[in-house]
Amino acid sequence: MIGLGHYLIISAALFSLGIMCVLTRKNAVNVLMGIELILNSANLNLVAFSKFSAGNIEGQIFSIFIIVVAAAEAAVALAIVLAMYRLIKSVNLDRADTLKG
Amino acid sequence: MDKNLFSQIVFYCFAVVVVGSAAVVVFSRSLIRSAFALLFTFGGVAALYVYLGADFLAATQMVIYVGGILVLLLFGVMLTHKLYDLNLRGEAFQFLPALVLVLVVFSTLVFFMLRADWFSGGERAATPTTAAIGELLMRDFILPFEVASIFLLIALIGAALIVRRKSQ
Repeated sequence: MIGLGHYLIISAALFSLGIMCVLTRKNAVNVLMGIELILNSANLNLVAFSKFSAGNIEGQIFSIFIIVVAAAEAAVALAIVLAMYRLIKSVNLDRADTLKG
Repeated sequence: MDKNLFSQIVFYCFAVVVVGSAAVVVFSRSLIRSAFALLFTFGGVAALYVYLGADFLAATQMVIYVGGILVLLLFGVMLTHKLYDLNLRGEAFQFLPALVLVLVVFSTLVFFMLRADWFSGGERAATPTTAAIGELLMRDFILPFEVASIFLLIALIGAALIVRRKSQ
């Protein structure tokens, strides 16, 4: 039978892969993809707990708010990436060091 | 074939799709390939939502993540690279330290998740959730709902302001 543990392991794997993506990539858009993976793993956890807690649907509501925040985050972050590309002609995060003295 | 066994096999297929395509997102050299693998990750997570009896969330996931965020990410990839630059390589660095850290994080998470004594309230039956979610949003969660709408408005105006070209 598929239990809570199955979903928790899948979401832990998604979370770890997202962290890996954020840590190892230099391209800003690629880092954003990692952040989306992390948000998806959090959502999966919330919905799984919602299912296995007998009739509580609040977990899904939290999940909807996370999706709202993820949409806003993607829009603003891509705007920042485009502005950065216009400024330094690159999306390499190592090159975005204008504040460095 | 036994119906229960069949549904378990399909569940494991979706689990493999989700984790495998997420691995492609992380380890692929090509940015476009990462973006398209993300499509399968989002779709697989939507299928897992269906397994969890969250039909409204599965539809939302398909519409917002696949139809919105993924297209936005593809725009981001296309707009920040020259079109003749076909390979679109994404560099990777700090590979080994990150791998070790991530493996430690993953094994710790799984260890404690499987050891923890989770509440066992029983499963919720897979009934349609849209009406219940709508009632909760309009009754108990009305303030966060309104705050979220203002927040989306602010975020979109801010995004438009950031990318706007400065007039001379």
